[in-house]
Amino acid sequence: MPLLDEHGRAVADAWVRVADDAPLPEGPAILTAARLRAEDLSGRNAPLGIALDPATAPEAVADLLPRLSLVTIALPKAKDGRAFTQARALREHAGFRGEIRATGHVLPDQWRMLRRCGVTTVEVPEGADLAQWRRSFDVVDIAFQPAQDSGSALGLRRQRLRVA
Amino acid sequence: MNALVEPLAPPAPAYPPHARTYRYDEVDREFLQERIAEFSGQIERRLRGELTEDEFKPLRLMNGLYLQLHAYMYRIAIPYGILNATQLRQLAMIARRWDRGFGHFTTRQNIQFNWTKLEDVPAIMRALAAVDMHGIQTSGNCIRNTTTDEYAGAAPDEAADPRVYAEIIRQWSTLHPEFTWLPRKFKIAITGAPHDRVALQAHDVGVVVRKNAAGETGFEVWAGGGLGRTPVLATKLRDWVPEEDFLAYLEAVLRVYNALGNRDNIYKARIKILVRDLGPDFLARVEAEFARMPRQRYRLDPEIVAQIAAHFAPPPFPRLADDPPAYRDALARDAAFAAWARQSVRPHRQPGHASVTISLKPIGGIPGDCSAEQMEAVAALAERHAFGEIRVTHVQNLVLPHVRQDELFAVWEGLRAVGLATPNIGLVSDIIACPGMDYCALATARSIPVAQMISERFADLDRQLDIGECFINISGCINACGHHHIGHIGILGVDKRGAESYQITLGGSATNDAAIGELVGPGFPYDQVTDAVETILRTYVARRAAGERFVDTYRRIGPAPFKEALYAAAG
Amino acid sequence: MSAPAKAKPATAPMVFTANRLRDGRVVWLAGPGRWAETVREARVFPPAEAAAGLALAQQGERDQVVIGAYGAEVAIRDGIAVPVRFRERLRAEGPSIAAEPAEYLLAS
Repeated sequence: MPLLDEHGRAVADAWVRVADDAPLPEGPAILTAARLRAEDLSGRNAPLGIALDPATAPEAVADLLPRLSLVTIALPKAKDGRAFTQARALREHAGFRGEIRATGHVLPDQWRMLRRCGVTTVEVPEGADLAQWRRSFDVVDIAFQPAQDSGSALGLRRQRLRVA
Repeated sequence: MNALVEPLAPPAPAYPPHARTYRYDEVDREFLQERIAEFSGQIERRLRGELTEDEFKPLRLMNGLYLQLHAYMYRIAIPYGILNATQLRQLAMIARRWDRGFGHFTTRQNIQFNWTKLEDVPAIMRALAAVDMHGIQTSGNCIRNTTTDEYAGAAPDEAADPRVYAEIIRQWSTLHPEFTWLPRKFKIAITGAPHDRVALQAHDVGVVVRKNAAGETGFEVWAGGGLGRTPVLATKLRDWVPEEDFLAYLEAVLRVYNALGNRDNIYKARIKILVRDLGPDFLARVEAEFARMPRQRYRLDPEIVAQIAAHFAPPPFPRLADDPPAYRDALARDAAFAAWARQSVRPHRQPGHASVTISLKPIGGIPGDCSAEQMEAVAALAERHAFGEIRVTHVQNLVLPHVRQDELFAVWEGLRAVGLATPNIGLVSDIIACPGMDYCALATARSIPVAQMISERFADLDRQLDIGECFINISGCINACGHHHIGHIGILGVDKRGAESYQITLGGSATNDAAIGELVGPGFPYDQVTDAVETILRTYVARRAAGERFVDTYRRIGPAPFKEALYAAAG
Repeated sequence: MSAPAKAKPATAPMVFTANRLRDGRVVWLAGPGRWAETVREARVFPPAEAAAGLALAQQGERDQVVIGAYGAEVAIRDGIAVPVRFRERLRAEGPSIAAEPAEYLLAS
């Protein structure tokens, strides 16, 4: 599945999702919380990530975050917006600095807001019109509230968001 | 940006100099143009098939566009119910050009047009933007338009001006990155007066602006109110949130809701269900979130509050005395004017002035409807007599907030000339009604013709005055847009085996003594609702004690006498 | 849309209706790829052919012509199809109240 980085460019995806009963691959691996807790991974050098389901609060995996490089969050349907709060909490409360990846049914129209909540990358459908994703990201660049991104102050509560 | 050149839009808005709306600057206007470009692009993608209807629907709803029974309906935001004359004129132009010559004011203090074409929406958006208006967040599962006291800045009992904080909420909630895909819609009401004129406890969040002994501003915060299938009155979360933490506290409430609100069942997705189910744990979670968040990031800067407050500075009132001879003489001379003044004219904090409520409930008319000609007439009267300012009430009427008492007669004459001087404010024909099945795709029964029948039955003003204050609220389905639960007499239209049936609730209230009405018994068919209302009111008149309003009598004697009168004959 | 979506087998003649995507107006399926603005022009499907009618209507959704397609039972009166449910009659005939501004009702 194509992956867009924070600049709206398609990038290669080095990560592999690993089922709980599958052997660990050599490279970067996305595991469940249960496996990350159960297995001794202290000798491993390749990066680790976790797939956070929409019902799990980031606080519940806070103990795991220091050793993780990636957290995926999911929109099961585009209108299910729990991932926005998860992403913001990961940045603001847990201080997570790694990659946050949005997965699932994400619309181009949600990409700017996900980024503002602290998301880094997004999985887009095969064959997606990447130019549309870029346009949707750029079209509204004035914001009225502080978020995990920053912009230049325009007066009152408004700011102009940085171009990615 | 050439798509934004719109030949229909009038030149830069020439604001009435004193209208106390929030005045847009270049940044606000640029933002609106960006949003128009975004939604125009989404419409094009939908028409090309790049967006499915399921994907497009939440996007169009967040821009105020519904698909109703006969057509798209476009709902336009009137931020906290405040309009200036230029804006009202532009709404009249839109009504004529793209609709059928009228608009419908809603209980959320917005206006909606019933016959919009999807293809016309970008042009309508540009015409709205020309007067700093839009339809952003008038629908969808996001933070909606904030409800405010229609007499804000004019009411004698006001402790603090809610408009300033309503505008701050508007800005903060506009395209909020975290709270635009909530479990369900989210409605905030804010008032600065001890008398609740906003149905505070029927909102997802209710805020009372307060001043403490030191003169500092703070907020009493309620949450978890709502009507719909499960009516619940709000719970108080806090007696005092300091001004600088206002947005932080709202963020904390919304964070808990967005994380934990029900995503599977639309009827359990409002915050009221979460508040009810979590009990005291809801408040504990909000406080925990509030305690841990980086407060400085969300701090409300007093300087910004002051800059926004400057937009709502009082108009340059002339110094006048109350009850000037011209007003007294007109009251004595003209009984029709006196009758209107008794219902429509309210005291003002500034001596020699008054607030005027304009009834959009002519006998037999459609509650909340206003023709283009009427909008223009109200705009002209506002410019001439009311500093160019108009308010929309949650009872679907209009208000001219600041009128000189010695000009009230002229205002009345101007209103009468366009059929807007019905002297029924607060009486039984001042009915709230949702559009119902005549327009709404969700409705299970009609509302408007029921309101019309009741209004015609009680057309006689003397009889209405004898009955006194009584609020009749009508909804055409369980979603309760007509606020039937909090009407003194509430009417809910349902589908009963293919026929319209109307359930009646009694004893609801939308104000400080907020209450959910009690169901009186089995429903009535369409052609018997008016008789039922008549029976209820006759019972009240027969049983009332001196000085009792309908709702007072109901609370004293309970439902039994009403049930007996309604059902004994049939049983 | 809140249109009745229960897939009960049809027992009465059916017409198929939707709203037109471009302007939202109520339309009725008149034939393959054809949508009419009045119920009089609607093609009536006997109960046994209701599934085929629904398939034609849903093709209109896939073609980005209409949205919210569904079937409505009709009774044939004097050779004209009349929707059985009150809601569908309102959709066919328009609001039961004035949908244009009324004459000014002067306050007495």
